[in-house]
Amino acid sequence: MNNIFVYCETEKGKIADVSLELLTKGRELAKRLNCKLEALVIGNQLSGIERELYSYGADIVHLAEDERLAPYRTLPHTSIVVGLFREEKPQIALFGASSLGRDLAPRVSSALKSGLTADCTSLEIGDHRDTKGNEYKDLLLQIRPAFGGNIIATIINPDHRPQMATVREGVMRKEMLAEAKTGELKILDVDRYVGDEDFAVSIIERHLEERKIDIKGAPIIVSGGYGVGSRENFDLLFELASVLGGEVGASRAAVDAGYADHARQVGQTGVTVRPKLYIACGISGQVQHTAGMQESAMIISINSDPNAPINQIADYSIVGDLSTVIPKIIKSYKANSK
Amino acid sequence: MTKPLKIVVLAKQVPDTRNVGKDAMTAEGTVNRAALPAIFNPEDLHALESALRLKDSNPGTEVELLTMGPGRAADIIREGLFRGADGGVLLTDRKFAGADTLATSYALACAIRKMKPDIIIAGRQAIDGDTAQVGPQVAEKLGLPQITYAEEVLSCENGEITVLRRLEHGVETVRGKLPLVLTVNASAPSCRPRNAKCLMKYKHAKTVSEMQAQDADYIEFHQLRTYLNIPEWGVSDISGEEEQFGLKGSPTKVKKIENVVFQVKESKKLGDVDSDIESLIKELIASHTIG
Repeated sequence: MNNIFVYCETEKGKIADVSLELLTKGRELAKRLNCKLEALVIGNQLSGIERELYSYGADIVHLAEDERLAPYRTLPHTSIVVGLFREEKPQIALFGASSLGRDLAPRVSSALKSGLTADCTSLEIGDHRDTKGNEYKDLLLQIRPAFGGNIIATIINPDHRPQMATVREGVMRKEMLAEAKTGELKILDVDRYVGDEDFAVSIIERHLEERKIDIKGAPIIVSGGYGVGSRENFDLLFELASVLGGEVGASRAAVDAGYADHARQVGQTGVTVRPKLYIACGISGQVQHTAGMQESAMIISINSDPNAPINQIADYSIVGDLSTVIPKIIKSYKANSK
Repeated sequence: MTKPLKIVVLAKQVPDTRNVGKDAMTAEGTVNRAALPAIFNPEDLHALESALRLKDSNPGTEVELLTMGPGRAADIIREGLFRGADGGVLLTDRKFAGADTLATSYALACAIRKMKPDIIIAGRQAIDGDTAQVGPQVAEKLGLPQITYAEEVLSCENGEITVLRRLEHGVETVRGKLPLVLTVNASAPSCRPRNAKCLMKYKHAKTVSEMQAQDADYIEFHQLRTYLNIPEWGVSDISGEEEQFGLKGSPTKVKKIENVVFQVKESKKLGDVDSDIESLIKELIASHTIG
């Protein structure tokens, strides 16, 4: 009772990276709170999946299998999560901030009347004393940028359980246990939680696209912001990335303006990256963006504005126009590399 | 067969956090929120467009906006009217203040029950919080199914709606029975501009509170045109439990807020001259960062 639960999402029988990252974080929190880590998996044909979850630290795995439960649909998954949480009363429940998790977690939090913090960038355990002098021990401190990334807020749920949070993929580390361990498997009776009305929305068709663009694993990222000016101007960034053997990233402003695809978005609402070289082109450097790239080993900024905030975290800032500077870099690189 | 629908569009007035210019930065390197313009939340405009398209294809359909906020949020209703909506309600009361997403959803759900729509359409998320929670939470409070991340409504007939959803790794076509809640992505069609006729018709649309500052002639002019009245609803106009509104109804509390201060790191400034770039590239190659 009062353990930490991680909702583990699957696609085609494989557990999502974000869920394994949450288990890694969850076991650290469980150790701190001296409680157990429990995983909940809902889908179809998942036998044997518990072994991978044990290897990431789950002490107990709850498994709900039914052919109607995959692919994911909001209502049946909500009914199972809500039903199980009412019985098990977790103190903390974590979800991936994926399109699935951001569809499911708010619905669960509303049904349980417990608070939910979206897109946390850090989760810690700490105490709290409110203005009336009430003391709370060992709360989940849910830390997230807010207000377009211009403030960092620490959110708590003092009086409601579970304390719920979502975290984006790539924000937390994913690490298997050093030593293999086993756990306890609990098979859920799906019909006990789910009714016919939960299948009100039907899936007619699905097209999954393999993730073609993988900026997360790229050693070099050439990223463009609103200052790039147009989708066409991004071609220059693609050229530089191709010459250096890197990928093209983009800020949220550039993606919102339609200059680049969402899969390339770096930042709090995109991907978190840690390349060895990050070249920020025409990016002003709002926290929403820098939160997703500031751990890059080296940052070069190219911006016509010498006072752009990005220059303050850049190792080198080149003040100038992209259309002048990028061709010069390409030329110089070609001349000097073997 | 199509039939007239009643659609409620949830819209929020938000500070424009997307392009925080130098004017909005304080000397300490933090953001001065008061200096940011208040705008119609971008994805809510896509939601409005989705509703207006349903109105185009289902003649007789009525599109109403619902927004919660202070008095100045009446601008959101007016903006919607200018673009083709038929009406709107401003949900405003000091007792709604300090609401987190759950208490916001509760208040919105109470108001929606009174409006009795067939479809509730909202933007996926608002740019000031980026939580994407209010749509699903409103659906849960109303006991309705939800279809999130809508990119296109493919059809809406015989009481069923078919929607193309944009997910992070693909697309999905789903079908559900009305009533339900739809949340719309930024990848959905952009909102049509203001319509000159609507602008003429509704430019004097005002809430009761806004009318208080007007003179007798204007009030008379207004009273003759009931379509110019933007209803204002407070706690007493919607049936709900008071302890679920505002700060009291919010399970999440803000423990701490830190303004982000841009940390100055030792950064080498270079010009766009050949020599500067050449020496940088040589250095990067020598350190095996590139090459």
